Amino acid sequence: MSKAREVLLNPIFNENPIALQILGICSALAVTSNLYVTLIMCVALTSVICFSNLFVSLIRNHIPTNIRIIVQMTIISSLVILVDEILKAFDYETSKQIGVFVGLIITNCIVMGRAEAYAMQNSAGMSFLDGLGNGLGYSVILIVVAIFRELIGAGSLAGYEILPLVQNGGWYIGNNYFLLPPSSFVIIGLLIWALRAWKTDQVEEPQFKIQSNSLEAEERKV
Amino acid sequence: MEYYLNLFIKAVFIENIALAFFLGMCTFLAISKKIGPAIGLGQAVVVVLTLTVPINNFIYNNILAEGALSWAGLDDTNLEFLHLISFIGIIAAMVQILEMFLDKYVPVLYNALGTFLPLITVNCAILGASLFMKERSYNFTESIVYGFGAGIGWLLAIVALAGITERLRYADIPEGLQGLGITFITVGLMCFGFMSFGGISL
Repeated sequence: MSKAREVLLNPIFNENPIALQILGICSALAVTSNLYVTLIMCVALTSVICFSNLFVSLIRNHIPTNIRIIVQMTIISSLVILVDEILKAFDYETSKQIGVFVGLIITNCIVMGRAEAYAMQNSAGMSFLDGLGNGLGYSVILIVVAIFRELIGAGSLAGYEILPLVQNGGWYIGNNYFLLPPSSFVIIGLLIWALRAWKTDQVEEPQFKIQSNSLEAEERKV
Repeated sequence: MEYYLNLFIKAVFIENIALAFFLGMCTFLAISKKIGPAIGLGQAVVVVLTLTVPINNFIYNNILAEGALSWAGLDDTNLEFLHLISFIGIIAAMVQILEMFLDKYVPVLYNALGTFLPLITVNCAILGASLFMKERSYNFTESIVYGFGAGIGWLLAIVALAGITERLRYADIPEGLQGLGITFITVGLMCFGFMSFGGISL
């Protein structure tokens, strides 16, 4: 039981796919200007990753190693086609807004990376949980970024007005910088900083340690 | 000729696939610590893009698009929903061929890229370019130019980032920002630089 919990909860903060493993970043940047679209994207990605892990794990003993990547891709892209068609059928407006990024779930490295690194070696149930955990880890970062971007940029959350804008007779002046995609890079960078200030074991060793000013240090000794 | 040149410049600078559409970010951030491997990966992306975009274009226009199968007497067949899976299948096959080729003939590069070569399959830049090609309905020649241009744009972006990261080793960065954190912020600033190309109209 405790192992299941570990598999489910570890990816959320300890081994976050975006903040630590550098996986699945592309969509994190492009779809986060609106919280509602972000939530749809998170649900889509989490369901794809859960089921791809499940199916890859079920047939893992029958996949020849040479062609495993193509087999995994086939499973993943079939799932993405399903998600894409469902989204087009039930929420066409959002589907148009997300555009190519639903298709790009296929190449989201989290899905592929988990299938390759976890589902190929572990039982079906655990793989499903691992998928769920990683999907949630991805969602946490995306939702936080989206909240910052939409709230500061447009004064609203998921389309509901929180800070009334000047244009609508309120007092808040929207910061257009946060509506532009590059801002999500900076927000994620700062989030990583916050996460690593909390979990210090994730801090990377600098390639070159900068020497402290030796003259000053000696003076202090004297 | 001038039209194709414009298309090329547009793909390299104005619609830079890494810095304007944020595609291929995972490998972009992971391999950008040194210029050498960055150039290697960039070249691999150029080769794969130049090959896959036209091939996908050919397959899409002749087999998958609505009414494309009329040469076989199937006028109202629409296989468009299969475009995702066929694009990615072709890309995965091309990458595997490239991997075997490098393993046999250029082992230095093969060792340098290590585990990241299989990840080119899941490099969104590759699939993204094919999806944009479909969305903008390029013809075959346009798709060759676009694929090559998008690849060069990506190469340019990753080499530029690797150059900046190499310089950053002399900077005194706060502990929590070491590595990934500062790379994110650098890329954010680079994106702003590239947004200035948005004003050019060709």
